[in-house]
Amino acid sequence: MSFIPHTPAQQKQMLDICGVKDIDALFADIPEGLRPKSFNIPAGRSELEVHASLENLAGQNYSHLVRFVGAGFYDHFIPAAVDAIASRSEFYTAYTPYQPELSQGTLQAIYEYQTAMCRLTGMEVANASLYDGGTALYEACQMAVHATGRTRIVIDGGVNPIYRKMIHSYTANLSLDLCEVGVSHGQSDRKKLFDAIDEQTAAVLVQNPNFFGVIDDHSDIAKRCHDLGILAVQSVYPVAMALLKPPGDMDIDIATGEGQSLGIPLSFGGPYLGFMATKKKFVRKMPGRLVGRTVDSAGREGFVLTLQAREQHIRREKATSNICTNEALCALRAHAYLSLVGEQGIKEVAQLCLDKARYAKERFKSIPGVEVMEASPTFNEFTLRLPMDAGEFAGRMIERGFAAGFPLGRYYPGMENYLLMAVTEKRSKHDIGRMAEALEDALCQ
Amino acid sequence: MSVIYDKSVPGRRGVRLPRSDVPGHTAIPEPYRRRSALNLCELSELDVVRHFTALSRKNFGVDTGFYPLGSCTMKYNPKFTEKIAQLDGFSSLHPLLPQLRRGGMLTQGALAVLYELESMLCEICGMDAFTLHPMAGAHGELTGMMIIAAYHHDKENNKTEVLIPDESHGTNPSSAAIAGYSTRPVPTNRKTGVLDLEALKDMIGDQTAAVMLTNPNTLGIFNAQIREIADLAHKHDALLYYDGANLNAILGKFRPGDGDFDVVHVNLHKTFGTPHGGGGPGAGPVGVKKHLVDFLPISRVVKRSDGTHALDYDYPKSIGYIAPFYGNFSVCLKAYAYILNLGAEGLSQVAENAVLNANYAMHCLKDDFEVPCLRTCMHEFVISASRQAENGIRALDIAKALIDRGFHPPTVYFPLIVKESMMVEPTETESKETLDAFVGAMKDIARQSRESSESFAGAPQSTPVGRLDETRAARQMDFAYALSGA
Amino acid sequence: MTPNDRKYSTTHEWVKVDGELAVVGISDHAQEALGDITFLELPKAGTSVEKGTECGVIESVKAASDIYSPIGGEIAEANDALENAPEQVNQSPYDTGWLFKVKGIDHAEIDALMSADDYETFLKEQE
Repeated sequence: MSFIPHTPAQQKQMLDICGVKDIDALFADIPEGLRPKSFNIPAGRSELEVHASLENLAGQNYSHLVRFVGAGFYDHFIPAAVDAIASRSEFYTAYTPYQPELSQGTLQAIYEYQTAMCRLTGMEVANASLYDGGTALYEACQMAVHATGRTRIVIDGGVNPIYRKMIHSYTANLSLDLCEVGVSHGQSDRKKLFDAIDEQTAAVLVQNPNFFGVIDDHSDIAKRCHDLGILAVQSVYPVAMALLKPPGDMDIDIATGEGQSLGIPLSFGGPYLGFMATKKKFVRKMPGRLVGRTVDSAGREGFVLTLQAREQHIRREKATSNICTNEALCALRAHAYLSLVGEQGIKEVAQLCLDKARYAKERFKSIPGVEVMEASPTFNEFTLRLPMDAGEFAGRMIERGFAAGFPLGRYYPGMENYLLMAVTEKRSKHDIGRMAEALEDALCQ
Repeated sequence: MSVIYDKSVPGRRGVRLPRSDVPGHTAIPEPYRRRSALNLCELSELDVVRHFTALSRKNFGVDTGFYPLGSCTMKYNPKFTEKIAQLDGFSSLHPLLPQLRRGGMLTQGALAVLYELESMLCEICGMDAFTLHPMAGAHGELTGMMIIAAYHHDKENNKTEVLIPDESHGTNPSSAAIAGYSTRPVPTNRKTGVLDLEALKDMIGDQTAAVMLTNPNTLGIFNAQIREIADLAHKHDALLYYDGANLNAILGKFRPGDGDFDVVHVNLHKTFGTPHGGGGPGAGPVGVKKHLVDFLPISRVVKRSDGTHALDYDYPKSIGYIAPFYGNFSVCLKAYAYILNLGAEGLSQVAENAVLNANYAMHCLKDDFEVPCLRTCMHEFVISASRQAENGIRALDIAKALIDRGFHPPTVYFPLIVKESMMVEPTETESKETLDAFVGAMKDIARQSRESSESFAGAPQSTPVGRLDETRAARQMDFAYALSGA
Repeated sequence: MTPNDRKYSTTHEWVKVDGELAVVGISDHAQEALGDITFLELPKAGTSVEKGTECGVIESVKAASDIYSPIGGEIAEANDALENAPEQVNQSPYDTGWLFKVKGIDHAEIDALMSADDYETFLKEQE
């Protein structure tokens, strides 16, 4: 069951060529005292048995709950053709495209993906992928620190709190100064942000739509940053970019985000897709792989990994980042998804999200005791204030078959009664109606 | 082949979305509305499928042919694990579900997979606890370095430096540097092919935070002095880090934990058969010994006395969040299925046959190519094209000539300490027939380099493109397709 | 041929005195080892440099190398023409491919560097 093709006779032949009598002799370099003290792994089981046992475990997961939970990770429709394309084993059983002549498929796909991300974000150059939206935002901090030689990072309170926690972890052993600033009416608080900026500030981090689903135009923040030599960094929700002013049009310096919404399954947290796009003048400070277009000796167009001197396998301890393996197949999925739904399709997805979220807001608002936070415009996610603890409420909704939303008290002290809800194109009017009934019922319990 | 944007036809539609079933059309208010054009593709579903199918045919994967890329463990990726990862109960599961009250009970299957895989990795590596959060090998290294930094910080040790062998992967010094340490390379003894212990003794000191090693190393040699190195490190309260890139060689034969390593990372996409995906996703779980458990990232999966699983965040000394959730779950799931399938015996056979295949290929090639460390190797070996270079044929030329003979080339120009190096890792899933064909091609290339070295210039010729102008790519910096007319 | 009108460092830079200034570049051996140079990050005029310290970066397709200043002083001028024509360093390392000029130089420091002959011997030993 180890997928080993050798017959005993062949093994013997091969050992003879090696000049040893048995396989053990090949491990003679490992002294007796270093041999495993134990190796208690269960005996192997057939494909049929393993499949059955994991199917059983899969069945224990309530993946069929009606989902109104998002918080940066969304339940979008994935066309079957995305899976068909990503299942081509010429793509998924290949390594990083170090031999370009044998990897034109991967390389061209990444080049096209880079192009798609540039067009979606309005930026000039995008890399081949990073791990996820959180590490992408952290990499943007590092990039700004190196580009400016400064050490302070100012973070808007509307940035996903999971990402903020990640940035704190990654910078704990570095001499960086992180400053978080609360939001005002759910939007970036300009006054507090500008007060937090000083001459040591490398970057200001904002998010659009932000964690509360609130949309914003950060052009003014980018302008203030540029006056002071600071890089403006924005984390964005790629589906929303079909309708929202993209970072490029706000003069943002580095755009990052989570690409999961572009044809990548939720899969209990990964693999996802971190993306990063920037201005061409910062390209040499950018982490991750980059594909460029060129020609071969006969003048035929082709694609190669380029500007590799930034990367760890050449620059070692001086590299812009340590990233090596990234999320290439997820980038391929995102590119396939965008190509399949196309220009009109992505706008329709975004419009459906927007319309259904607005409908849901109207519906929930009419329930006694429920208040919808509406001081600022939102995209497909919004906050409800409940007459009870939102965590307890979410538990009651699970019993009714709904993943109703994300209780904000976990990350925002004082907001224990607030619930963050997301609506995607997959939620029908009927789902929203049933959700409203269950909501009312759960509050009365 | 033209890029997808050139195939776009204005007005053409691919996948259709449903009509809205709710009343009203909401407009994004000014100034938040997008004004600039999107310029994404407008294609039919078949257009897109054909485009990507054509691209896939310009790619070489393990399913296409022999892929002996050293240090990358390009073994067969079993298909049944792909099917398991697509089970709806896993693929549609929202990661925030267990964080909702009573939600943990609704994800017991997924939490069990995580818990069981962690336990098995502990046993395979001889460690006390594992985290599955790191999303790639280099991410595991960084996580490991952050754990080491937290340990020293907790003990109020003033450590500034990490020692790394000169043959190491580039990610090692890079990860240590990003975690805030300076790095120094430790020389390799050219005779034995392993770390120069005397040099390490001179370099190590109270400033040393960690020594980072891979064993077997990138020359494919097992370092039997590992306990001495560990003792030396521990005497200075420096921790010993194991880069698991080469774990395939030693499954069931040596456990880093038994060699007194304090921290390890493993690459599920190398050793445990999950596909590389053309450069990812991978997964780089990190294992630690008891004294480092408190510093592992949160959340951690625990098993309660009633047999149920839960997420635990109550580790005040933890380095915190390094991933948004629990790592690359579906990669972990595939690796778990692989381990269940192989079992203890199967895993040991992996190492045995990976090592057999490498030694066999090395012995078959030793008369035609320089072997800098001609001794029993583990799962990979390094040869040098130095003899061929005398005729003007360099490692890169040999790589391109191999392509025309239907093989993916080995890793070239790494490790850096061997001139014209070619690092060959056959893996256990390749047959003797395949190895013989590869050896035959290499011998043929060696002969060709003596007899008609000029014939290498045009290689490869069998591929959609020939050697590409990398200088032009770097100078021209065309990273995104320009809009037509722009 | 290694020009003998200048001095050389062990990190493969050359220094040529030109009146009050010293011109610095990299040797033919260094450009050959790097391959096609695609990008340079040169020190800015006005910054002070110390002997043997990093003051810039040279990138080629497959390698990246720090530029070490072979002497101390203040940067008088960087060869900005290389920004758009980095290939000059490959094509003419001893002439139009110069990197930067230093003022406030210490002649004793320059005298202590290797002569062209010594540098060639040094290269042979390095092989």
